[in-house]
Amino acid sequence: MSSIVYVPSDSAALSVGADDVAAAIARHAAAQELDVRIVRNGSRGMLWLEPLVEVATPAGRIAYGPVAAADVPGLFAAGFLQGGAHALRHGVTGAIPFLQRQTRLVFARVGVTDPLSLEDYKANGGLVALQKALATAPAAIVEEVVTSGLRGRGGAGFPAGIKWRTVLGATADQKYIACNADEGDSGTFSDRMVMEGDPFVLLEGMAIAGLAVGATEGYVYLRSEYPDAKRTLLAAIERACAAGWLGQNVLGSGKRFFVHVRLGAGAYICGEETAMLESLEGKRGIVRAKPPLPALQGLWGKPTVVNNVMTLASVPWIVAHGGAAYAAHGVGRSKGTLPFQLAGNVKHGGLVEVPFGITLRELLYDYGGGTASGRPIKAVQVGGPLGAYLPASKFDLVLDYEAFAQGGGMIGHGGLVVFDDTVDMRAMARYAMEFCVVESCGKCTPCRIGSTRGVEVIDRMAGPQRPVQEKLLRELCDTMANASLCAMGGLTPMPVLSALDHFPEDFRRS
Amino acid sequence: MAVVEAVVQRLRAVPGACLPILHAIQDELGFVPHDAVERIADGLNLSRAEVHGVLTFYHDFRTAPPGRTIVKLCRAEACQARGCTALERRLHDHHGIAMGATSADAAITLEPVYCLGNCALGPSALVDGKLVGRLDAARVDALVQAARGKRGKA
Ligand SMILES: Cc1cc2nc3c(=O)[nH]c(=O)nc-3n(C[C@H](O)[C@H](O)[C@H](O)COP(=O)(O)O)c2cc1C
Ligand code: SF4
Ligand code: FES
Repeated sequence: MSSIVYVPSDSAALSVGADDVAAAIARHAAAQELDVRIVRNGSRGMLWLEPLVEVATPAGRIAYGPVAAADVPGLFAAGFLQGGAHALRHGVTGAIPFLQRQTRLVFARVGVTDPLSLEDYKANGGLVALQKALATAPAAIVEEVVTSGLRGRGGAGFPAGIKWRTVLGATADQKYIACNADEGDSGTFSDRMVMEGDPFVLLEGMAIAGLAVGATEGYVYLRSEYPDAKRTLLAAIERACAAGWLGQNVLGSGKRFFVHVRLGAGAYICGEETAMLESLEGKRGIVRAKPPLPALQGLWGKPTVVNNVMTLASVPWIVAHGGAAYAAHGVGRSKGTLPFQLAGNVKHGGLVEVPFGITLRELLYDYGGGTASGRPIKAVQVGGPLGAYLPASKFDLVLDYEAFAQGGGMIGHGGLVVFDDTVDMRAMARYAMEFCVVESCGKCTPCRIGSTRGVEVIDRMAGPQRPVQEKLLRELCDTMANASLCAMGGLTPMPVLSALDHFPEDFRRS
Repeated sequence: MAVVEAVVQRLRAVPGACLPILHAIQDELGFVPHDAVERIADGLNLSRAEVHGVLTFYHDFRTAPPGRTIVKLCRAEACQARGCTALERRLHDHHGIAMGATSADAAITLEPVYCLGNCALGPSALVDGKLVGRLDAARVDALVQAARGKRGKA
């Protein structure tokens, strides 16, 4: 009987040598004439253990990691194909506390299955929702999503079902589903992991969205920084079309749904939905004034659902299990689960899908294990480059959209970037302004000019005029926050002022 | 220019073709040559200013040929927390490679990038389109050495 060995093809795993490991395993198996089948799965999201190799045994899948190609001879010698003892062995994968304590709804298949296997997808609960949606009236699908309480995972947290209702209610000869896969926030990679680890769930979610609002065309706006995700997504679309899951006749229903992939070109602002639409139309990514809402006049002026990858990938679970079952998870008005991402200087970096309501401290210490450097955590930036830097006194904040905002934070796309006590918060504040200089679309003055001024003012704070410069910086931030057209200029003050307010000592050093 | 013409012909009917065309040209040539702008404008019925506007708006597009190896080093927060700033300095001070520039020997073009989605395993870079993580000084040195050892195209 052949042994099954799993070696992830997720780009995080590839970045630390997974291909070499897979090749070494194949070579050794061949040399010893062992019958080994290597499956290239997605990542389990325990990124500090990558490359994480798993072996199927009667007791379940046994994990070894982080495995280097040089470890492979030793693993064979230790009988890892039978789950043998070895220094890198972590026991049954699903029993590793980091994974066992999660509630994986959206990420249920990621890391478990072969991402491009239609059979794996169906055998693990895939397509149930699409079949159900094909037998359901559009308005009823929309109401199921409303019931679930699902809110947009791209950052703004707008209720997905309400947006869908607007698009369903619009009359037009053509409507679109535009999936926002720009994932520009530093410290985030959940969209990437789904696109690489379970691409069919996104396609299924988009097809359901299309049925729900009456759209027959879907676009994925994918950032160019994700070449591996692009390959996987294109291959998945090809297979899904060949199998009749997408295309002229979705699952034999007579209904149409097509998905196209368009690449971004390295502009952070194209994650903002109206800039994304401009970019999809082939133009410069300049933010559009709202109204009109994209739901009514979106891509090429047609009614368009713009949703983040995670939002759309949550839909199949909701439709399959019911909106109420999803809403049973979470707290307050933050329903369901969020795949948080632990990044930066963290010991156990990776993906943690849990219901809303967990505290920062639990994520940072119970899951993250503190810093990778072993030094104290000084600050955590939550919610990407426009999110606040939070000090240890805020670690008991609960991750719930409203409660977290009240505490001065922003959940955004769920990324947590950890810094130890060697970080210079004035440098981080400066970087936030610098990032705004680089990425501003240029449409409005407070953002375009203000950010350049901000860099200068922060630089001068190192000198004797600090009090004057600090006052200037606060006024500048006030202008940016109140007079910018979009959240790029509007929220850049968040990281800047939180750094200043929580870590004033860093601004006092010359 | 044959490449540009072929790409324009192949993609001109795609809705919103300008960006896909620029990508396709850069994929083939490594950059977008100056006179491509006019060909694209003609092919898409756009003004030259419009095409030029798109070309210069996006960080991805180069208007000059790159070095033999393209390194996109992540400069974003999570990689900073893991030491990318020191690597950028090392590339500059030790190897004479400045951010946003091509080395004098044309071996390496170093470009900034803001997050590669590998934020738990940084510092990260894309080296000729291949993601590498857990970078440190030794790995950066090896990478530069390998790039400098690569022979130029005849
Ligand atoms: C500067 C800026 C960058 C953004 N980047 C992203 C992004 O990379 N991905 C994303 O899904 N949403 C991003 N957004 C949010 C989008 O504008 C929009 O709210 C979202 O795509 C809607 O989908 P959702 O409701 O499913 O979240 C960004 C917003 C701003 C202001
Ligand atoms: S705030 Fe900045 S990014 Fe947003 S529209 Fe104004 S200039 Fe463009
Ligand atoms: S911050 Fe460097 S990969 Fe995300």
